[in-house]
Parts: sequence; structure tokens; C-alpha cells
Amino acid sequence: METIATRPAGVASKVVWVIIAIIGAACLGVIALRRGEPINAIWLVAAAVAVFLIGYRFYGRFIELRVLQMDPGRAPPSVLHNDGLDYVPTDKWVVFGHHFAAIAGAGPLVGPVLAAQMGYLPGTLWILFGVVLGGAVQDFMVLGLSIRRDARSLGHMLREELGPFAGVVAMFGLLALMMIVLAVLALVVVKALTHSPWGTFSVACTIPIALLMGIYLRWLRPGRILEVSLIGLVLLLTSIAYGAHVAATPVLANLFDFDAKALAWLLIGYGFFASVLPVWLLLAPRDYLSTFLKIGTIVLLAVAILFAAPDLQMPAVSRFIDGTGPVFQGQLFPFLFITIACGAVSGWHSIIASGTTPKLLANEGQARMVGYGGMLMEAFVAIMALIAAASLHPGVYFAMNSPSALIGTTVEHAAATISQWGFVVTPDELSRTAHDIGETGILSRAGGAPTLAVGMAQLLHNIMPGERMMAFWYHYAILFEALFILTTVDAGTRVGRFMIQEIAGLVHEPLKSTESWIGNVLATSICVGLWGYFLYQGSVDPLGGINTLWPLFGIANQMLAAIALMLATVVTVKLKRQRYVWVPGIPATWLVVCTLTAGWEKLSGPISFTVASQTYAQAMQAGKLMAPAKNLAEMQRIITNNSVDATLTAVFMLLVLTMCGFSIYAMMKAWRSHIPTAHEAPRVALTSVAGQTP
Amino acid sequence: MNTKLVQLWHRLVQTARLSCGIPDYDVYVTHLRTHHPERKIPTYAEFFRERQAARYKGTGGRCC
Repeated sequence: METIATRPAGVASKVVWVIIAIIGAACLGVIALRRGEPINAIWLVAAAVAVFLIGYRFYGRFIELRVLQMDPGRAPPSVLHNDGLDYVPTDKWVVFGHHFAAIAGAGPLVGPVLAAQMGYLPGTLWILFGVVLGGAVQDFMVLGLSIRRDARSLGHMLREELGPFAGVVAMFGLLALMMIVLAVLALVVVKALTHSPWGTFSVACTIPIALLMGIYLRWLRPGRILEVSLIGLVLLLTSIAYGAHVAATPVLANLFDFDAKALAWLLIGYGFFASVLPVWLLLAPRDYLSTFLKIGTIVLLAVAILFAAPDLQMPAVSRFIDGTGPVFQGQLFPFLFITIACGAVSGWHSIIASGTTPKLLANEGQARMVGYGGMLMEAFVAIMALIAAASLHPGVYFAMNSPSALIGTTVEHAAATISQWGFVVTPDELSRTAHDIGETGILSRAGGAPTLAVGMAQLLHNIMPGERMMAFWYHYAILFEALFILTTVDAGTRVGRFMIQEIAGLVHEPLKSTESWIGNVLATSICVGLWGYFLYQGSVDPLGGINTLWPLFGIANQMLAAIALMLATVVTVKLKRQRYVWVPGIPATWLVVCTLTAGWEKLSGPISFTVASQTYAQAMQAGKLMAPAKNLAEMQRIITNNSVDATLTAVFMLLVLTMCGFSIYAMMKAWRSHIPTAHEAPRVALTSVAGQTP
Repeated sequence: MNTKLVQLWHRLVQTARLSCGIPDYDVYVTHLRTHHPERKIPTYAEFFRERQAARYKGTGGRCC
């Protein structure tokens, strides 16, 4: 068999890698050991670059050569099934760009910001080592498996390698994960726009702008994506600038001033209508705009960090690693590893790595760069988000991310509480920050997006000073996240609808037809109802919602990652490469342990949904009201919500355990077999396919 | 130098379009001409509409 040539490294190459290793170790040493004085963000950037380079060059290559045994001489699906549309051998940089645009989302920008409550060190270490040993391994291995199986999807591969029932179990898990993702992302938007007329106005403007773009693309200049996106961008920036005027004019400001509950209903209604409209009218144009804006914003953030080179004001390790933190509850283990999912290990990527990407790769030798390298890039985005949060004044950070049940609703009360925690801040500093960003208040805006927006606004303001520029950059960052999330909500609702129709089709065949209006409206309603329930629950949650929903999201996302890595583990054994079983096996085990421990703590114990539900039920029986509920109906709602969350947690745990069982069974069977039993497509030499050169 | 810049621009456009789910039109036309000469070649507008609708039919496609 032809594999990638393993030529011995030259002396120059060895020297370069030794230097990179020394730089990386030195930077990590500074980050880990310097105490008492703030360190500069550039140390973190340099450490990340060194770790990623070494991980890519050595571990990534090890997986490529030994575990996956990628073979550049083997014809990939893009060549075997070339149809000029879905399956097309494509330039590797183009595939890389496409893959990165598909995997990078709001997730890596939110999790690290929340995790900053424990200090910047735990989050940094988890992102750096989690991605090299887990996240990138998952993406790369799933891509490697899919490319050997005619670019099959994760669900399809699970059915083939673990049995049909395992496939069905995974399908339900995926649907549940999807609903939680949509709810928690929509909640991020709600948190960012609550009582923010400026933000709400500019986000609302994206709807007419997208409609205009849709019509332009359909009839005026069909298919001119770049051109229409530029027009859209100009209109968006105008709407942000005009938003300042809206916020300053009381009559207009009133029209766009909503509380969390109203915003949740608006988003639910929007989600329904947006996903039954034709895609060309609203979804597609906004998707283009948000794709370009996302890449542009990531580049902007990188430039801002490099040029502003901020000092990190957050301590390396805060006192909240003991589990008493205001942003999310729970100790460092396992909750840090649940809170930062995207950026370190993201289960969702296994869907993309077994979706479009394997249909485009021109040969197997490029899978490492796209799969492993793409994930390293996302981890870099996560590191940048962490830097943006940690470079904020910790007092401001905690004021923005703690629920009002803990810090109250006035700047005086918030400043006093947060100063007591050891992060000295004055009411004036909090008011001034709000004023600088053009908002009336910054308290309890959890969810990552506003914090990142303030961090980004301060960084950009440092390198591009100017009157009111901070307010502009803040609302730009909010708009970018909201635009991106609304696109995900819309597209996700559609995907959820198809999943529900597929499941409903098992019961009643005609419901499966995606052309049927009744099936469409029915499935869309169910889908919106499912995520809408969690969104509404989060928006009225006295603890702010993110506190409750983010752990559920993290558990679900890591559950999917665990499933993908278990598949990789099983296939490694089935290929009789069991001496490398630890490569996917260790991260799989780690994620199973993390999700099960976090799940268990959320199911029983002091911070669990169950205990919260019981405490309120007991108080209600005794005829007492418990804060923050103000009447019996609210008490009842808290009890119901906690019971639902507990049930969902139990379901996720059961799912993980079931998949574990299937994997162990399949692995034991394959271990005893003397021949490889994996379902790989037969090898076809690239040279034997007409018109191909290796 | 000039041809390199043109090529780079072409790749950038290709990446941007692909990120939005629109594959390369020229590649598709070449594919049709060589492998399916009997089929009608769609205009770019037709091709664009078909691909736009196709992008949001499947599952997955984006991350959180």
C-alpha cells in the first residue's frame, strides 16, 4: 500500500522545531507561573501558536500516518463520484476556507467568556490541550473515516459500524442537542438586546436588509453574492450608526425597548415565520452576510488583540474554581470542560466533517490540514475570545455576567457585592462603561456576546480612538453575533423540522413529505415549540437562564463529541489497529467521564435541578414563597422547569451510556476477530481514474 | 505576477461562494460538457437558484 512518504527530517527542520518547542514552553511557563502582576495577552497568543504548530506537525501527522493511514494515492469520493456539484475535487485552501467557515460559529465566542470566571489559566489550558488531544482528533478522524466511506454522514457510519439501533439512538440525541443549541443561542440574543433600543433596532433592520438582498439576488442580479453582500454590509453599518439616534430619541427608543420575555416571544414568532418562508427571500441572503461578517470579525478581533496587546486583568486562577461562581455553578471538574465545548472539543463538527467537506477533498493527504488544522483555527478563535474577556476589568466582567438575583439591579448594589468577592469596582466605573458603549446599563447581561462586545470595543477603541467609537464597535459586535445566531436559528429550525418529519414519517408515511404544507407547518410548530419552551424558560429564569441552559448545552455537545470519538475508537479496533486505540479512546473516555459526572451533579447533589425542584416544592407545600418567585404560579413554574431540565439531563446520560454499551460490545467483538471488520469502501488507485494525476 | 493575482482572486471568490453553498459554476459546466454532452447547460442564474435551494434541504451544514 502506498502511504505518505516518511522521509527523515533534516537538521534545519529539527532546529526550527526545537526552537518552536522552547518558545512554547517558555510562554506557557510565563502564563502558568507569573503571579501577582498582570501578564500581556501576547504570551497567550504565542503559547497557543507554538502548541498548535507542534500538535499539527507531530500529533496530527502521527494520526495521519499510523492511525488513519491516509493514502494520497487513493481515489477519494470527490473523484469517484465527481458530479460537478456536490462531489468535486477542490483546491485544498478552498476546502479549508469552506470548512472553517462551516465550523466556526458563536460557540467558541461564548463558552470561553463564561469560563473566564475561573480565571484565564484553566480555560486556556483546556482549550490548548483539549483541542490538540481531543477536538482536532475528533474532526480529523471523522473526516478520515467519512472519506473512506463514500463521504457518508456520521449517522450512517454509526448505523454501519455499531448497528441500526445505535443509529436511531444517535438521531434522537442529535435532535435534542439541536433544540438546546437553538434555545441557548436565541437566549444569548435575548440577553444582549434586553432594554437595548440601539441593539434591537439594528438587529431588526437586518430583516428588511436581508429581504432586499434576497430580491436583488433573485431578480435584479442573480447570483452576485459578493456584490449584494457589500450592499448589505453598507446598509448594516448605516443601521448601526442610525441606532444611536434611535436610542437618543425617546419616542423611537420606546418602540425598540423590550424586556426579556417580550424578546423571547418575538424570536419564537420570528423563528416560525422565517423557517416557512422560501429560503431565497430571507435565510440565504442573511446567511451570506453572516458568513462574511463572521470571517471579517474574527480577523478584526485578531488584529485588535495583536495591535492593542492588552494586559490580562482577570487573575490567572480565581477563587471561583471551588464551584461558587456567579456565572455558572459547579467546580472546575467537570464544569470547565462542559462550559468550553466549542473551541476545545465540539461534537457538532462531526456532522460537518462527515457532510460537505469529505465530498470536496481532492486527496486523502489533505485531510489533516482541513480536519486537524481547521479545528486548531477554531481553538485560536476561542483563545481570542478568552483574551477579550480576561482583558476586561474583572469588576465589569462580573457585573455583566452575574444574575440580578445575586448582584441586584442597581450599580451601587452590584459594585458593593462584586467588591466583596474581591474584585474591587466602583459604581461609577460600571456606569461609565455603560455610558461608553451607549447603553443605559450593563448589569446581568450574561451569555458571552455582550461581554465579548465590550472587550472587543475596548480593544478596537485602543487602536482606533475616537468620540463615540466604542459605542459603535459595541453595537457592531452585538449585531454580528445576533445576525449569526438568527441565521442559525432559522436554518436550525428547518433542519429540526426535517428531522421531526423523518421521525413522524415512521409513524405516518405522508408526514414525511417535505413538500406537504400540513407536514411542514406541523413539524415547524413542534420544532419551534421545543426550542421555544427552553428559550422562554430561560428568559423568565430568575438566575438568568444561561446559568441553567449552558450546562445542558455543554453536556449535549460533549455527548455528541463522545459518540463521534467512540465511533472512531471502534473503527480503529475494527481495522485491527488496536495498538492506537488510545488516540481516540482517551478523549472519548474523558468526555464520557465529564458528561456523566456533570450530568450526575445536575441530577443529584447541591447544584442539581432535582434538589432545586424539591426545595421549591417543599416551600410551596408549607405555603411559603421563595425568592425570586413572587407568587404561587411562579413557584410552580420553577418546579416544572427544573423537573424538565432534570429529565433531559437523565436522557442525555442514558444516551451516553447506551452508546458506550454499543461501542464496547462492537469493540470486543472486533478485538477477538483476526481480520479487519470495518466497512471501508475498496481502494481505487487515483491513477486508474480517468483524467486524474496523483 | 498578474496571472498569479488573477488566480488568487479566482480562488478567493470560489472559497467565498463555496462557504455560502454555491459550488464553482465553470467546473460544473466543464463537467457537463465532458461527461454529459446531451444535457442542457444551465445559465449561471438557473444554477445559482438550484444550488441555493439545495443548500438548506439537508441536515447539518453549520455549527453553533
